[in-house]
Amino acid sequence: MARRWKKAAVGNESSNPTAAGRDFKRRRLGRLPRAGSETRHIGDEHGLSGDVRKQWQIVLGRFVRQPRAMVSLGLFALLGIGSTLAGLFWHYSYLDLTNQIATFGHGGPSFQHPFGVDTIGHDLFAQVMEGTKEDVQTALLVAAISSLIGTTIGALAGYFRSWVDTILMRFTDFILAVPLLAILAVLGNLAARQSGSWFWVAIIIGVLAWTYVARLVRADFLSLRERDFVEAARAIGASNRRIIIRHLLPNALGPIIVNATLTVANAIILESTLSYLGLGIQPPEVSLGSLIAAGEGDTTTFWWLFVFPAAFIVVMILCVNFIGDGLREAFDPRKTRVRV
Amino acid sequence: MNPIHAQNARDPYAPLLAIDGLEVEFRTAEGTVNAVRGVDLELRPGEVLGIVGESGSGKSVTAMAAMGLLPRSASVRGSVRFRGEELLHLRERQLMPFRGKAISMIFQDPMTSLNPVYSVGWQIVEAIRAHQDVSKEEALQISIELLRKVGIPNPEDRVANYPHEFSGGMRQRVVIAIAIANNPEVILADEPTTALDVTVQAQVLDTLRTALEMTHAALLLITHDLGVIAGIADRVLVMYAGRPVEIGTVDEIFYNPSMPYTLGLLGSLPRVDTDGSEKLRPIPGSPPSMIGKPTGCPFAPRCPLAADVCQEREPELAPVNAQTPSHLAACHFTKQAHDRGISLFIATSVDLDSASENLATTAPGSASSKAPGSEELRAPGPGNYVLAEGLSPAGPGGYETAPDGHEGSGATGPADGEETTP
Repeated sequence: MARRWKKAAVGNESSNPTAAGRDFKRRRLGRLPRAGSETRHIGDEHGLSGDVRKQWQIVLGRFVRQPRAMVSLGLFALLGIGSTLAGLFWHYSYLDLTNQIATFGHGGPSFQHPFGVDTIGHDLFAQVMEGTKEDVQTALLVAAISSLIGTTIGALAGYFRSWVDTILMRFTDFILAVPLLAILAVLGNLAARQSGSWFWVAIIIGVLAWTYVARLVRADFLSLRERDFVEAARAIGASNRRIIIRHLLPNALGPIIVNATLTVANAIILESTLSYLGLGIQPPEVSLGSLIAAGEGDTTTFWWLFVFPAAFIVVMILCVNFIGDGLREAFDPRKTRVRV
Repeated sequence: MNPIHAQNARDPYAPLLAIDGLEVEFRTAEGTVNAVRGVDLELRPGEVLGIVGESGSGKSVTAMAAMGLLPRSASVRGSVRFRGEELLHLRERQLMPFRGKAISMIFQDPMTSLNPVYSVGWQIVEAIRAHQDVSKEEALQISIELLRKVGIPNPEDRVANYPHEFSGGMRQRVVIAIAIANNPEVILADEPTTALDVTVQAQVLDTLRTALEMTHAALLLITHDLGVIAGIADRVLVMYAGRPVEIGTVDEIFYNPSMPYTLGLLGSLPRVDTDGSEKLRPIPGSPPSMIGKPTGCPFAPRCPLAADVCQEREPELAPVNAQTPSHLAACHFTKQAHDRGISLFIATSVDLDSASENLATTAPGSASSKAPGSEELRAPGPGNYVLAEGLSPAGPGGYETAPDGHEGSGATGPADGEETTP
């Protein structure tokens, strides 16, 4: 967009202002002395939306230059997309019972069953793919929900302070004090039994996992609201809503996005924990956590039942963490890595 | 409302902005800070009113109160009226139509008063569209015109740049462009040149003048730089400890100062119209704490004219003499202050000639062999430290080394020059 302006400015030496624009200027800025030179036609129908993209391009450029983050992003995307496609095209569904079962010395990885089969004959590759898909979906939804709630609450508390801050932060403290796992266990169990799907598990984790984002955004807003440009925005007559959404939020976007990424990793762990405990996604649906739980008893005999789901969890979390690091680096190159 | 003001509403010379009895308090852990203790001022159409005073004298707080920008912890009393309409107790939402349209503001530090994540074009468009019903495209063209008017070269290209791609002076021009985007009737400028490089200050003041010509707005200029005031203001209000202590036209303040604090300010300003041998006359002491209410004149502890009455009663603003009703000063000894002029305060230093004599007699060895001169004094060797100690309390430092010297002379120079060219 910025480039387009420049092009328009250079290519349009022959003065082509819209008639409306000219009239407007006479009407509104009648007191301003007319420019001696011709007015160049600069604007386009998309207004100024492209400006932010330029800032984005800078961040994106810094992100793209980090090989580890890029590889992680590629791998994570591959896992997400690949698992979805595998569900459609793999010759077994995760629900299918094959004519093979894991017995002593049989049922390990083979050409027909790359990840082997379990003790009742499920194809483990289909199951791991399904579990991965559900985990990725759950984690992304959790990150979206918790970022939305946390950002809203943190922004309001940090911007308005006083009683708004008090009420919202005490509420946040309350949610923090609630033993997350216990509540997730109870609610997740209920929700999972009601509908048995990843969707409700994700919503419940998301609704309880926003506290960290809220505190982060609040702290950011507390410092941002004191910046002079906020006062300047008020001085031109901007409303509180406009200042929060258009002026403060873009300035706080970096930490919010980085944190959303890390929430993805946390959500994968939480969901796996719940499912491992038998409280998350319920059979016949599978998740990586429930697969590990199912394979746990046979780890010594049928190693593949444990190793493949566990490896997928570890790889996904590593990827997400590296992506998060890369984003942090891209948004704020001065900040050194916080994670050990 | 006061009937006089209602009557004035039909008068073209009626004040645009009228502040009456403005008092601002901040409650802090240490006690109540009385930041502003009764400011009355009127700003008429097309007028430039300068407010001078040192840090903490309440200048900025007065402007912030007028815009309703003070934090909620501040308690504000009195009255601020724009064209007779009371602004002080309006809610945020009711103030929005005034802000930027009727009254706009220029901030001190252009490095921080622009949003770093948006291009300057976006920010000017935002200001325009906050008050005018125009498309983004039209607003963008107006932005480019505005940038051209405030002296940004290649505005078509620069409009897409981000604040960090501009220098300080250029950013302040952008801030001025935003301030005049809606043809405001009043501009409040809070130390608009203070954060800038000396060489850029004069340019930005010129831009400010251009902005005033374009909008015919009245300007309330807050500064601690008397040079800036002399160049641009019509009237001057001197503030001390939260109150106006002297108010008058520029000529009245600069040629007939009648309040010791004003005299002190003028005496500590280096002059470019003398041969440079004039000594600076600083005001001793420091401004009073603003916590609690003072008894007596708050300037008394620093004032050479202070007498018993000054400790007992704070003087009110009163006309300095009957011939000039526009010139008011708050002092029990206006006449004495006026008659004694800046000689009221003790000059800061030995001048250069006697310094070199003393150098020869008091400084041992190598120092005495050096040629006397300001160059030597600006880079003191060990001998000069001895000199400084020997001549306590006054250290070496005349015209050239005065800390404010460059700033003041830089800002007044072009201003004086401009007045001679029509």
